[in-house]
Amino acid sequence: MTTERTNAAGQPVHSLTDRTSLVVSAHDAGKIFREKKTSVTALCSLSLDVPAGSMTAFVGPDGAGKTTFLRMICGLLAPTSGTLLVLGLNVADHAAEIQSRISYMPQRFGLYEDLSVMENMNLYADLHGIPGPARKERFARLLDMTDLARFTARPAGKLSGGMKQKLALACTLVRSPELLLLDEPSVGVDPLSRRELWAIITKMVQEEHLSVIVSTAYMDEAERCDNVVVMHEGSILAQGSPEELRKLTQGLCHATSVPVGMKARHLQAWLLDQPSLIMDAVPEGSHVRFVLPPEHGRNGIPQELISPCSGNIHLKVEDCTGVTPRLEDSFMFLLRHRQASAESSGAEEKILSPSQDTTIPDALPDVKTAPFSPRTEDGQQNSKEAVIEVRDLVRKFGSFTAVASTSFSVYRGEVFGLLGPNGAGKTTTFRMLCGLLPATSGYLRVAGENLRTAAAQARTRVGYVSQKFSLYGNLSVLENLHFFGGVYGIGPFALRRRIREVLEEFDLTGHEHDISGAMPGGFKQRLSMAVGMLHKPEILFLDEPTSGIDPLARRVFWRRITTLSDEGTTIIITTHFMEEAEYCDRMLIQDAGQVLALGTPDDVRRQGGSAPTMEEAFIHIVESSRAARAAAKEGA
Amino acid sequence: MNGFLRRLGALTVKELRQISRDPSSIMIGLVLPIILILIFGYGLSLDVKNVPMAVVMEHDTPLVRDLLSGLNGSAYFSPRHASSMHEAEELLRKREVDAILRTGSDFDSRFMKGDAKVQLILHGVDSTTATLIGQYTSALLSLRVQTNLDRQGLSADSGKGTGSAVVQSRMWFNEAADSTWYLVPGLIVIIMTLVGAFLTALIMAREWERGTLEALFVSPVGRTEILLSKIIPYFLLGMAGLLLCLAAARWLFAVPLRGSLTIFLLSSSLYLVVSLGMGLAISSVTRSQFLSCQIALVVSFLPAVILSGFLFDLRSVPLAARIVGNILPATYYMEMLKTLFLAGNNPVILLRDAAALLVYAVLFMGVAIRFTRKNLD
Repeated sequence: MTTERTNAAGQPVHSLTDRTSLVVSAHDAGKIFREKKTSVTALCSLSLDVPAGSMTAFVGPDGAGKTTFLRMICGLLAPTSGTLLVLGLNVADHAAEIQSRISYMPQRFGLYEDLSVMENMNLYADLHGIPGPARKERFARLLDMTDLARFTARPAGKLSGGMKQKLALACTLVRSPELLLLDEPSVGVDPLSRRELWAIITKMVQEEHLSVIVSTAYMDEAERCDNVVVMHEGSILAQGSPEELRKLTQGLCHATSVPVGMKARHLQAWLLDQPSLIMDAVPEGSHVRFVLPPEHGRNGIPQELISPCSGNIHLKVEDCTGVTPRLEDSFMFLLRHRQASAESSGAEEKILSPSQDTTIPDALPDVKTAPFSPRTEDGQQNSKEAVIEVRDLVRKFGSFTAVASTSFSVYRGEVFGLLGPNGAGKTTTFRMLCGLLPATSGYLRVAGENLRTAAAQARTRVGYVSQKFSLYGNLSVLENLHFFGGVYGIGPFALRRRIREVLEEFDLTGHEHDISGAMPGGFKQRLSMAVGMLHKPEILFLDEPTSGIDPLARRVFWRRITTLSDEGTTIIITTHFMEEAEYCDRMLIQDAGQVLALGTPDDVRRQGGSAPTMEEAFIHIVESSRAARAAAKEGA
Repeated sequence: MNGFLRRLGALTVKELRQISRDPSSIMIGLVLPIILILIFGYGLSLDVKNVPMAVVMEHDTPLVRDLLSGLNGSAYFSPRHASSMHEAEELLRKREVDAILRTGSDFDSRFMKGDAKVQLILHGVDSTTATLIGQYTSALLSLRVQTNLDRQGLSADSGKGTGSAVVQSRMWFNEAADSTWYLVPGLIVIIMTLVGAFLTALIMAREWERGTLEALFVSPVGRTEILLSKIIPYFLLGMAGLLLCLAAARWLFAVPLRGSLTIFLLSSSLYLVVSLGMGLAISSVTRSQFLSCQIALVVSFLPAVILSGFLFDLRSVPLAARIVGNILPATYYMEMLKTLFLAGNNPVILLRDAAALLVYAVLFMGVAIRFTRKNLD
């Protein structure tokens, strides 16, 4: 193998291609997208060295430039400034050679859906020129690891989301690449499949000493890597081993138990509403975990939180315990810190990224919500009125039962979570509730009506935000709001006032004339919510609203949900982030169309073998039910 | 090179599998040509046959009867007698007849003087049909007049006759003036355009839309391999469609193939490559299935029907349309096919048209390669 190469300028480049050198070396690499008159800075002079034989995670809010950087490493996008060396080669000149030596799994991996599992794998093996015997051995291993051996003849389009993702990984790994790039491999994948996916990645890394770069919105995934790069607005905020990053919040992380009669999300909301004293707060287990800023936190919990001057919530020192920091704590800390410094030196920021409007992540603006006020006992009693009633609901597609005799109720003002692995029947249940799909049998009432057959008037009592952006991409924010306001039959004056309110509420003021399709993901999601809330529905259906969204944006999102719920809106939500179930009042876990668990987060955790986290409880519940089903099948 | 062929093979097999599992490409590639050729072949005919015609004889004499007898035996007319002009006009207004043929009451005596007149009134809404009826009628009548004069020992140039030379026309290459004969070769052009440009306009855009290219790009695959793997299967599909059309032309519509079959297949292959190239070029530039579908319809299919000389002779259309027509590759293939089917091998026309098609093939493939770069910028 060559040890010395020269780049385009004729300078020698340290280019040892063995696995002890650098797989990626960026020097002031920048990327500006120019389109007509506007230019968007996706990356601003990024310098980074990634050593070979290690796992590196890129984390950062939406629009931080993770995908852009990965695509640049693949040679799919050319840097507009600086240099970028991959495997010691300059990507600008050697894209083809780099592309034949690395493997890349894009965010939306294009499996050929009408080809079978085996045909998809064979295609990639042929393209990479894997000879017969090696292929046989490799395929056997990959199929075993992905557990797809039973499905080799099934068309890829007929696989569940989790299985598709595993097949995509198998196609990416038909040979051992010199560098493996994974762009958010676990987006939209349930916790079980996610765990399996990571088991494969870890195994391959151990056995073949792969160099891996992965971008992810899950901090626990980043925590498994050797090196974590925190990106923000196209530049690097921090990098280091998870250990080093965790140290940033050493001694600042605490957990408090939730007082009796109070909801975890209310305590969390109250904490988050004090940005000068709290960096982050999140419900966890039956506790609320929070991170203090270093200027206050070094001396224990600040006095202001223990004896507040206003309101009647406060922390009790005896309820609080110091906890070991996690990567997520440090990530939130870094982003909040950045946010604070950006506010104090706004002018400087502008110079750094001239087109900030388009690169700013959605999560940074403050949440403009009413300060939290605790709920009266009356409110609690009112909430016992069931607004959604489901009894023995069944949905069959041909001979396949997607939802099997499901019963539950949702009470007014509740936040109700619908959880389950891919293909569990969540979406089907959801669609039946919204009246988008007729039920095969069973009793179904939403706000006292069956939406499938109810008059149009009844439908205005519910709002629906689908997982996919389903607004008009070529209309501006304002035009979309006007259109949907018209559809809901809101009068022109009331609509104008209401639009002003939702723009304010969802922090879209100043973006009224942006074309909605061109906005970053977080903006689109907020606009979808704004549209869903335009007609002040009593019940709001949210289908995986946080899929692929970073922790910071999710905090903002859930803070908003807490406020909506306090205002009396009933919220039904699906999610793949199990820890988000902690925000829910009650939740339902489904698998294979069956109800596996129904109750408060505490109930569910108890049912899941008293697991400390919701994710473990979820996996426990689903796996034991699957094992029971398998045993029953064998017995029969 | 070995790697190139292996990757090309893998991609081509993948493409063939996708075609075989996607009924819509088979529909467009094989079923649509058959349907089109049946519809156009049987349904669209520019010939005028069985024209309903009212005949008004103001004075019924053997001579008039004899002259008009040709109408009854002709496949082109189905005459009916009207007792008065008034009645005939009524029939024309109701469009029960397309024409009125009227002989005056003094026809016999005028005929002898060589000054006989026959009135023909045509329903002019369909002007093409009307013109054709007019031509047929006068051809038929002059034939009858000629035989009648001959029989009476009078010749046309005896000084007393009609006093003019009779035009004896003969149509070469399409002796029966059967429009199927020139429509079917034209139809093959349309079908080749449709199959070529339409199918490929979708497939590249589909890979862009589904994101399958992003994964494919980061592999040793080159863009030439990607494009070739699209051309080969659809070329085969297009040729299969072509053979079906040829079979239909020969055995269903009895259109002769007077030129060489080899030249026919070669020139069709060349045009198919042009057409596939056009589809690929559109598809690689737009990267959107909907858009490329619309563009393919507007720039390939519609002009091929209207402006390539399929229905109308390009020399008789306005200059602008003629220029557009001459830009279209379909026009050259149209000329080649009509020549090959009906007139036989004509090296001058065939070589000139083949050269034009070759230029287009290179042009479109160049555009497709140019816009299928392995990056997302």
